Amino acid sequence: MDNTKPSKDLFVPADRRGEESEKITRPSLSFWQDSFNRLRKNLGAMAGVVTLIILVIMAILGPYMNQFTPYEQDLGRSYIPPKIPVLENISWLGVDGMESTVIEGESVDAAKNVAKLKLGAANADFIEYKVLDEGGNGEKAKVEASLDVYEAKGLENNFWFGTDSLGRDLWTRTWHGTRISLYIAFLAAAIDMVIGVIYGGVSAYYGGRVDNIMQRIIEVLVGIPNLVIVILMILILEPGILSITIALTITGWISMARIIRGQVLKLKNQEFVLASRTLGSPDSRILKKHLVPNVTGLIVINTMFTIPSAIFFEAFLSFIGLGLPTPVASLGTLIDDGFKSLQTNPHVLIFPAIIISMIMVAFNILADGLRDAFDPKMRE
Amino acid sequence: MARYITKRLIYMLLTLIIIATFSFFLMKMLPGTPLTMEDKLSEAQKEIILEKYGLNDPVPIQYLKYMGGLAVGDLGISFQFDNREVTDIIMDRIGPSMQLGAQALIIGTIIGMLLGLVAAIYHNGFLDYSSTFVAVIGKSIPSFIFAGLLQYFIALKLGWFPVALWGTWQHTVLPTVALAMFPIAIAARFMRTEMLEVLGSDFIQTARAKGVNKFGVVFKHGVRNALIPLVTVMGPLAVALMTGTLVIEKIFAVPGIGEQFVTSITTNDFPIIMGTTLFFSFFFIFIILVIDLLYGLIDPRIRLAEGEK
Amino acid sequence: MEKLLQVNNLSVSFDTYGGEVQAVRGVSFDVHKGETLAIVGESGSGKSVTTKALMRLIPQPPGRIKEGEILFEDKDLAKLSEKQMEKIRGKDISMIFQDPMTSLNPTMKIGNQIMEGLIKHQKMGRAQAKKRAIELMELVGLPDAANRVDQYPHQFSGGQRQRVVVAIALACNPKLLIADEPTTALDVTIQAQILELMKDIQKKTDSSIIFITHDLGVVANVADRVAVMYAGKIVEIGTVDEIFYNPKHPYTWGLLGSMPSLDSADEDLYAIPGTPPDLIAPPKGDAFAARNDYAMKIDFEQQPPMFKVSDTHYAATWLLHEHAPDVEPPATIQRRMQGFAQEAELKTKGDRS
Repeated sequence: MDNTKPSKDLFVPADRRGEESEKITRPSLSFWQDSFNRLRKNLGAMAGVVTLIILVIMAILGPYMNQFTPYEQDLGRSYIPPKIPVLENISWLGVDGMESTVIEGESVDAAKNVAKLKLGAANADFIEYKVLDEGGNGEKAKVEASLDVYEAKGLENNFWFGTDSLGRDLWTRTWHGTRISLYIAFLAAAIDMVIGVIYGGVSAYYGGRVDNIMQRIIEVLVGIPNLVIVILMILILEPGILSITIALTITGWISMARIIRGQVLKLKNQEFVLASRTLGSPDSRILKKHLVPNVTGLIVINTMFTIPSAIFFEAFLSFIGLGLPTPVASLGTLIDDGFKSLQTNPHVLIFPAIIISMIMVAFNILADGLRDAFDPKMRE
Repeated sequence: MARYITKRLIYMLLTLIIIATFSFFLMKMLPGTPLTMEDKLSEAQKEIILEKYGLNDPVPIQYLKYMGGLAVGDLGISFQFDNREVTDIIMDRIGPSMQLGAQALIIGTIIGMLLGLVAAIYHNGFLDYSSTFVAVIGKSIPSFIFAGLLQYFIALKLGWFPVALWGTWQHTVLPTVALAMFPIAIAARFMRTEMLEVLGSDFIQTARAKGVNKFGVVFKHGVRNALIPLVTVMGPLAVALMTGTLVIEKIFAVPGIGEQFVTSITTNDFPIIMGTTLFFSFFFIFIILVIDLLYGLIDPRIRLAEGEK
Repeated sequence: MEKLLQVNNLSVSFDTYGGEVQAVRGVSFDVHKGETLAIVGESGSGKSVTTKALMRLIPQPPGRIKEGEILFEDKDLAKLSEKQMEKIRGKDISMIFQDPMTSLNPTMKIGNQIMEGLIKHQKMGRAQAKKRAIELMELVGLPDAANRVDQYPHQFSGGQRQRVVVAIALACNPKLLIADEPTTALDVTIQAQILELMKDIQKKTDSSIIFITHDLGVVANVADRVAVMYAGKIVEIGTVDEIFYNPKHPYTWGLLGSMPSLDSADEDLYAIPGTPPDLIAPPKGDAFAARNDYAMKIDFEQQPPMFKVSDTHYAATWLLHEHAPDVEPPATIQRRMQGFAQEAELKTKGDRS
């Protein structure tokens, strides 16, 4: 080490303070910048955002992307399987416009006959057979028969998601339904937010007797399962977009109100608010600088959780027969329809099911990401 | 403790009365009566039917009779099934619903807890991410979608289990799995968060400083402290399962309360709808009470605090 | 005296998103049998991390022992497996933590928490372990031990809980006891009781103690030797007399000057200017240079080595170099040092009479 023999002229007093010791090395970021930065680094949350943007755009534009309307019926083309150009070549996706069936029979020909009857004898010219098992030696023969429905019916247009029992185009209906489901969810979440924030804010801000009475009301309401209230409300109000939204918001605001009240009460007594008060800050400043920033994050997060739960409830209500009346499509009614023909035509169920799942997953991971991003404990 | 329970019971009763009152007057506002189904009856016949359902009395009297009936567990008579008491119908169908709910809750919570535990122990590792992924999927995707997938692929395509109906244990497998996804997800997330917090706490360091091995630290010191808060989510979970059974029973044609309820909605059988609603409410409130008491029992801190009062 | 523990050039780092935090940067010291070594320093100086590293209780990841040896009875603890380490923790080396409110398991009976170590290390049966636990509780001054052994932590006060923590640490008669600010979270009156308890127990069991604190008053009270840590390094180490009466490092001067005493009412307390350096990017020269009133050019260029003051006293400051100008500690601190010396003299006289 050369440490032991340093040159002599270094041993003179130095001007030590270049203000270095007091320098703050980290850049100063506002709460929102910091949260946003952290959200951006969260891959899952960003994937959620992208998925949601795409789904919203599709919900807006999707129904206009082909010539069909959501309500146009044609019984002559019921249950047409989906056919998507390009993707039709990937057989396991099952979007090749083929209806296929696997039949076992005593012999290959017997099996072929059964398959022909099943797919419709009139279509015999368009059926292709693939022998999976020759049979013989006591074993049964197995034949896979595929019918090109589009050729058999002479259809020129592709139904990307197929059609339902009434021959309605499922692509159009699915995106139309997505639009209505999202609309109900956003509306319900917005109403929940407004009522919840006002109720919780007033309760915490005025405190005392006002708070006491408002909390007793909440305590009783919380005791009632929201499922019960929602069902009762739908029973009196005729099912419709507005009545479903109202039914969802009747109990939906409670959790928001409780969260806001809890947070405001906590903040009101926190040292930094007391300190600000002691320094003579007016109420408006405390509200603007301390309460609003600390509550906004919670509101956003909670709303992000409300939206998927509203979507779920809408679908759930449709499913138990309390949903939107026909012929209106929502994801819920589409899924309900899909279950009716699950055995024979699974494609009716699969597309709305995928989309509702994507919406739910995207909102949930986005909400999780936001919660992590807004959590001050995570700041490092 | 006794005072606390009394207070909770009073609240419970109050909530039930409010729900019952609310339901009763809603029912009065509804258009449906038993007559809507059989409108080709003579006046005299209608009179007899109205008499049978007590619909000739003035509304306040009907209300008092209704509440009086509730007090002794009488939920009225079904419109749809002549002379069948709603209470009987519920009792007939409670078995499958309870079995499904209990199986899903128990199996789901146990699997979820294990997943959460593994995730916390291998924090930020592959197992953590996988278990978090499962949790997000299970929490987000509605149970009826899972039910559809299971029914189509496992039952219809592979034929491993019956497609629907009730009877043997095989019939319960698919509905239980579909229902259990949600508890798995919730328990896994919750367990992971709690476990991470507990493992980061000072007393875990004390335990390690004593020479307790990893297994002992996790199971003897960690799990119990993480389990206590887990009890608080059991209530909401039980309620979510209740919601779930409505659709799952419909999909798998399970003869339970939920399936009956959904059928009643389509046939406008209001006494059954109301009766089931009240039954659900009672069940919900009861579960929440039990969970709260249980929480007090297993956490020594709360046990003492209540004892001192 | 026989060496029980010898730490050579120990470095501990934490990998964070911001970069590698070099919490401990090449620390060397040793602990003799039966002595008490105090490690002092401000928050973030690495004193807690050093001792946690001794017990291998650094959370890994993000923490890791980068280099160095921890020689305890001819074994290098830094290289032992987790399994081997479990046999040493609680048996040969045990630890008392800072906050008694959180360092006990809230859902486990006090007795079971004390017994855990006994059952593991001394292979006692439950009944025997429980008897010993009650004895230990009596030893640390918890009355009514036979009944309280079945109680839960929340039924104890803060001071009582710290006694329980001490009992847990003592359960297997450890050769080395590490106390990480054991009195910081306690009331002043309770602090004194716990310190007395520890001194008392050390006399009875003849174990060595590493005592971490930022309270110099406590140091004077309990320690035989003192190590002063700053920015992850030991800047001065010596016997308690040497550190208090003849400190050499400007940081030690600052620490002593900032300690209030009864007769300091008319003087100003000294405040060390500035803040400790960021250990993600430690400064090139002496880490203390930027806050040092006596800093020289070389302090910004090179890290000072340990200069020997006496056989037991070392300090890492260029002021001890032969070329350095003679610098006297500031006047207030000199008065302080005299004050300590007089106090000590009075005390020893008092003790003798």
